[in-house]
Amino acid sequence: MDLSLLLAMKFELMITLIIFILLFMKIDGRANNQTVIRISYLLLFLNLGFGFAGNVSGEIFNGMFRSTPLLAFQKNILNLATLIIALSSYEWLRNHKHLPEFFILLLSSLLGMFFMMSSGNLLMFYLGLELSTIPLAALCNFDLHKKISSEAAMKMILSSAFSSAILLFGISLIYGATGSFDFKVITSVLTGTTLQKLAFILIFSGFAFKLSVVPFHLWTADVYEGSPIAVTAFLSVVSKASMSFIFITVLYTTFISMATTWYYVLATTAVITMIVGNLFALRQTNLKRFLAFSSIAQVGYLLIGISGASQIGIASVVYFILIYVFSNLAAFGVISVISSLTGKETISDYKGLYASNPALALIMALSLFSLAGIPPTAGFFGKLFLLTAGASILNWPLIIIASLNLIVSLYYYLNIVRAMFIDETDEPMVKLNFSTNEAVAFFMCVAGVLSIGFLKGVFEFIFGLSSVL
Amino acid sequence: MNLSQLVILPLFAAVLILICRNANQVKRVALAAAVGQLILTICLLFAYCNERHAGNTDQMLFQYNTMWFAPLNIHYHVGVDGISVAMILLTASVVLAGILISWKIEKLSKEFFFLLMLLSSGAYGFFISLDLFAMFFFLEIAVIPKYLLIGIWGSGKKEYSATKLALMLMGGSALVFVGLLGVYFYNGTPTFDLLELSKTHIPVGVQSFFFPFLFLGFGIFGALFPFHTWVPDGHSSAPTAASMFLAGISMKLGGYGCLRVATYLMPEGAHEYQGIIILLASIAILYGSFATMMQTDLKYINAYSSVSHCGFVLLGIGMLTQTAIIGAVMQMVSHGLMTALFFAAIGMLYERTHTRAVEQMGGILKLTPFIGTVFFIAGLCSLGLPGFSGFAAEMTVFMGSWQNADMWYRLATIAACASIVVTAVYILRALGKVMMGPIQDELHIGITDAGWNEKLAAVLLIAGIVIIGVAPLFLQHLLTPGVEAIMQNVMRSGI
Repeated sequence: MDLSLLLAMKFELMITLIIFILLFMKIDGRANNQTVIRISYLLLFLNLGFGFAGNVSGEIFNGMFRSTPLLAFQKNILNLATLIIALSSYEWLRNHKHLPEFFILLLSSLLGMFFMMSSGNLLMFYLGLELSTIPLAALCNFDLHKKISSEAAMKMILSSAFSSAILLFGISLIYGATGSFDFKVITSVLTGTTLQKLAFILIFSGFAFKLSVVPFHLWTADVYEGSPIAVTAFLSVVSKASMSFIFITVLYTTFISMATTWYYVLATTAVITMIVGNLFALRQTNLKRFLAFSSIAQVGYLLIGISGASQIGIASVVYFILIYVFSNLAAFGVISVISSLTGKETISDYKGLYASNPALALIMALSLFSLAGIPPTAGFFGKLFLLTAGASILNWPLIIIASLNLIVSLYYYLNIVRAMFIDETDEPMVKLNFSTNEAVAFFMCVAGVLSIGFLKGVFEFIFGLSSVL
Repeated sequence: MNLSQLVILPLFAAVLILICRNANQVKRVALAAAVGQLILTICLLFAYCNERHAGNTDQMLFQYNTMWFAPLNIHYHVGVDGISVAMILLTASVVLAGILISWKIEKLSKEFFFLLMLLSSGAYGFFISLDLFAMFFFLEIAVIPKYLLIGIWGSGKKEYSATKLALMLMGGSALVFVGLLGVYFYNGTPTFDLLELSKTHIPVGVQSFFFPFLFLGFGIFGALFPFHTWVPDGHSSAPTAASMFLAGISMKLGGYGCLRVATYLMPEGAHEYQGIIILLASIAILYGSFATMMQTDLKYINAYSSVSHCGFVLLGIGMLTQTAIIGAVMQMVSHGLMTALFFAAIGMLYERTHTRAVEQMGGILKLTPFIGTVFFIAGLCSLGLPGFSGFAAEMTVFMGSWQNADMWYRLATIAACASIVVTAVYILRALGKVMMGPIQDELHIGITDAGWNEKLAAVLLIAGIVIIGVAPLFLQHLLTPGVEAIMQNVMRSGI
């Protein structure tokens, strides 16, 4: 094996290095919170920067680990999302007793996701998945004094274990049917017998749990509500993004011979997911729960894009997730600032926000418009491209249902806009000051939301990368 | 001439407004932008006429085409023909009048003018787009500003109306998008380009499936019965300038889309659904005018009469004869100016009397002669008095409709004609009650007549109405080449 191929693991090595630096700082114990947080931000910035240069494609460890330009780009997106989450939770982290652990756990989970995305083998995939899940369960409980946090962590770990078990059962059936864990070997052997279909359904269920596809979504709202906001943001953006990236790889390469089977599975679950997510989002009063259900609905759209099964499908999913990172993290950023300064988390608390905190209200509104797919925000393009990719199959009932769902989702996003801009309140919020760190995060998000649709090279670039999975 | 200026200027003004320090600066920037925009559109009109005189017979002039999203073959493609030029002129006039009318707005004036600028930018973009994706982008850009304008500055049950409007228009957009995807994928190489698509023959089966999506989707914007219900609530809750914009321009986006996209690209589909379109349009015309008779709120009167008047637009399009379609476009322009004038007059009155109820007013003409006169002109134009634009437009629609020899369609034409009588009833009754007679309320005696800004706005709109009314041929000549191109496609399908 050529050592230079280790460069293919550059992202993973970088993260590991950062984890070790933080670990030594923790053991050393002399650095105070301010220093740790500064150094962590610096390291995350460097990590993001290094991700853009000198990427090597190839396979190492007998195809266990793969690296392609598309994977590098996807990892860059996740690095960026992690950085934004870290920046925007400054207010919450500042006085936390276990600050270094937060970053260590967060990055371990990210490391697991990277391995999972790059895996070329079911075992490697499973290893990455577990590495990403277990630190997340610990993170859910990071508000140590809150009961609701412990509850969330408990639910998270139990449901994860359950879904892993189902996934493992699917993997073992695949191994039984094909005699291999290697994606490529499996691809060449799969024919679509009943046993293989059963295995596919089990593996799909495992994915569906992580992506909170209905009917595997029930853990989502409770875990989102109970976890600290930074963790909720990480769960809803980074975790989902990584799952959908590997999901595409698995569907488009490993299970390609069963394309008709998984198309119908995807189309059906997409419809149910959109409808259920939207209907439940209508009734939520807590913003974190609200975003949980709205993210379920978004996954429904994502599944439509994936079902397109073409290069456009891959490109539109990656493009959508890039935009979703910016828009959803802007919303979580606002919620995080307001929640950590005032403890308020319900929609009715946001009444009159524009009068007291115009900047926060505007950022929130922009991100909600982007989530709802309203131009000129980038979400408009993201969502429409997903639908266009899905429509290439010419399954019109699916596209019609998806389009009509846009109306429902607009209604609940507008509810929050109405609370912030139109409703008046007797107890307005005080003027909140947030630090430069959060401002930087907000700036990145707003710039992304407003500009991505008009930088015409972005989609083309992603499309170019998507030619090799 | 660079058409993108039309979109960029309002956007630029909107950004400028954001960095203004006080309300006065905001107003000046908005006014300057609107005046500049009007000058620009008049230049566009002259440039367009020049090109045509010079013998340029291209269907679309001043085209500019650049790639936007290459993998999906989405372009930013703009260009104008006579129809778009007329709609752009209408937009510029109504926006300028709307800004003048809102001169005294105090609550959050910065945000108000910012949203108005964003709205107008979307409308310009919509009218110049030749790529359906870009057109859809501009169509949707306007939904949220409308929602906020009604929700924040509106009156009455504003939250209900604003939500209703946003959701119904979003529903329209959703249907339109499904229709657009159908057009996109059933072309040999997927494309959203209007001109390319108009040359290809979309299979008839595809047309009969997707035509309803496009027509209904755009129809919701254009108050197609039974999806007109956002119009009365939205218009009457909105602040004056927003009502003017909604009725004057927004509803025209629907009519324009029905014509330019649905009918132009899918003529066979239009033939197939002709009966239903004409039926719905006739119902809208009659139902709208009868419903107006029951209203006691001036804004509701104008809103329901808008439903009736916009029915003429859809009726003209549905008849599929050249004269009727020209009439439909003329009706769009005429109704846009007239209804904006009407809403402006109602706004002026409401600001002074703080009521819009017909029975609480009387003898206003004696107190404020200018506002009274504006009211009369708007009313008389609405009931189709010769000399004003309403007559020229409606007459053309009727003549064109009669050319369609089908007996049932002629019956529909007759029914639509009959609505003019009803229009006369409600307009004259409202005018008589509000303007003439004894003064109803002692408090009204002290009210002042229109200020300079209001006079200017009214004069601008009245000028448009009278010019079209006195010299309708000019507008007809402007529209004819564009309509002919559409008719070519319609004839191709063979009546």
